[in-house]
Amino acid sequence: MMNEVKASMAGSVWKLVVQQGEEVSEGQDIAILESMKMEIPIPSESSGSVKELKVSEGDFVNEGDVIAIIE
Amino acid sequence: MAKNQTLEEKRKHISSGGAEKYHAKNAEKGKMFVRERLQLLFDDDMSIEDAFFANNQDDKLPADGVVTGIGKINGEQVCVMANDSTVKAGSWGARTVEKIIRIQETAMKLQLPMLYLVDSAGARITDQVDMFPNRRGAGRIFHNQIKLSGRVPQVCLLFGPSAAGGAYIPAFCDIVVMVDGNASMYLGSPRMAEKVIGEKVSLEEMGGAKMHCSVSGCGDVLAKDEQEAISFARKYMSYFPANYRKAPAQKESIDPVAFEKSIEELIPENQNAPFDMYQLIDRIIDEGSFCEIKKKFAPELITGLSRIDGRVVGIIANQPRAKGGVLFPDSADKSAKFIQLCDAFNIPLLFLVDIPGFMIGTKVERAGIIRHGAKMLSAMSEATVPKISVIVRKAYGAGLYAMAGPAFEPDACIALPTAQIAVMGPEAAVNAVYANKIAELPEEERPAFIKEKHEEYKENIDIYRLASELVIDDIIQPDRLREELAIRYEAYQNKDVTFTERKHGVYPV
Repeated sequence: MMNEVKASMAGSVWKLVVQQGEEVSEGQDIAILESMKMEIPIPSESSGSVKELKVSEGDFVNEGDVIAIIE
Repeated sequence: MAKNQTLEEKRKHISSGGAEKYHAKNAEKGKMFVRERLQLLFDDDMSIEDAFFANNQDDKLPADGVVTGIGKINGEQVCVMANDSTVKAGSWGARTVEKIIRIQETAMKLQLPMLYLVDSAGARITDQVDMFPNRRGAGRIFHNQIKLSGRVPQVCLLFGPSAAGGAYIPAFCDIVVMVDGNASMYLGSPRMAEKVIGEKVSLEEMGGAKMHCSVSGCGDVLAKDEQEAISFARKYMSYFPANYRKAPAQKESIDPVAFEKSIEELIPENQNAPFDMYQLIDRIIDEGSFCEIKKKFAPELITGLSRIDGRVVGIIANQPRAKGGVLFPDSADKSAKFIQLCDAFNIPLLFLVDIPGFMIGTKVERAGIIRHGAKMLSAMSEATVPKISVIVRKAYGAGLYAMAGPAFEPDACIALPTAQIAVMGPEAAVNAVYANKIAELPEEERPAFIKEKHEEYKENIDIYRLASELVIDDIIQPDRLREELAIRYEAYQNKDVTFTERKHGVYPV
């Protein structure tokens, strides 16, 4: 099963904290956005491996944009 | 109904509901029979049931598909109406509607909470002239709900569909508990949507419990099964008085759960780094007393009932762990309703503040963030129950106002030493004031200049300086927070204030 990790709000990608292929568990942070001068952690809603990272550090993302795909 | 049946036989027939096949169908879906639900809901059996014999001349319509009466929850009387989905799918006929209206009128007269156990396909189209348009037709149910609102608690447990007009029963309740997989709310069914507007969609996607509890906000609590929904209702009722003239019951104080990390250790020094506000809440409330409302909806703001030193307190807390704790249209909306709920039933409020402000950008402006924010401010401002605002960390811009800042007559605005109150954060402020100056400077001089201005700004908004100017009422040690709140809520318990005299405000809804 594939699950998309989406940006919870508009902002820029400050840090990607996992790499492609890495195993992650539910609730683990995938990326940290910077928005409204705040660090916004974006956790995975499922456990699995990171199939793809859809964004790079520094990218602007809108609310709902896909950040990563977890398999 | 057979003429030669004895009273006992007639009773037995009616109390067994509809045909066996409908019971079996319900059981397959994990649905209990309406009378089993009521048995679980009440301390004992239902004490009074009226209009049990409704429509008894028709064998196939026991009680006309709804049970209405009075029973006890946690030792307190409540009124209830409960659809029986084994009788014509719980649909409403003329007597069904009359029964619901009568139990609402009883709740009004006796000033008792009103619970709605909904599992109904909606109106019986064949009976429409008798139950739809008239003075005591279905519209009167909603009219009564609106009249009861704020006088007595109104709770909706949604076990099955709540369709078309029926979907307004949950809409007018204080709280809606939805059973995952079975409960749904919609104006037009997927079949109708396909016919009328050409949309292909599943019921779960369009009006399912998960959707309503996380996206639309029409549902407040997602229960995994009926037992969980009912036990939530029993817990929820323990925080409320029977009506607006009474105060919620005080219980014996229970110490909070013991944690290794203190509140001080929990709060990061960097204002921009997230922390989990639930952990702070757990450290100040009585163990096991948190009853969260709308957990899955707008998680950047936490709302829930709790007890502090045995006293019921409604908590509104920013959650820096979700969306930075920034306020959005949905979170503003969520808090407005929660504040009204608490204020209506004399439940004191606690605001735990760590907020960078309201969200900005095209998306939220188009969604009307200004009017949704205004709705939150209105509800908060108008609440006359004891109100305490605790500035945990940052309180920037209109965020300070929305979270019961000093201008909104909280009984106290107290700060932890980590508090920072300002129009905006240091980074944004230095940028706003000195943007041109920074651009003019040679690049190598910029960092030093910015740092100097940051420091100046921080001194300017230093929390001791604000305390010296009487902006806040006190600065306290984080680990004394619970004790401080307990003392203050005790002192404020007889607060008696009328917000203002008028018919009603013109609310920014």
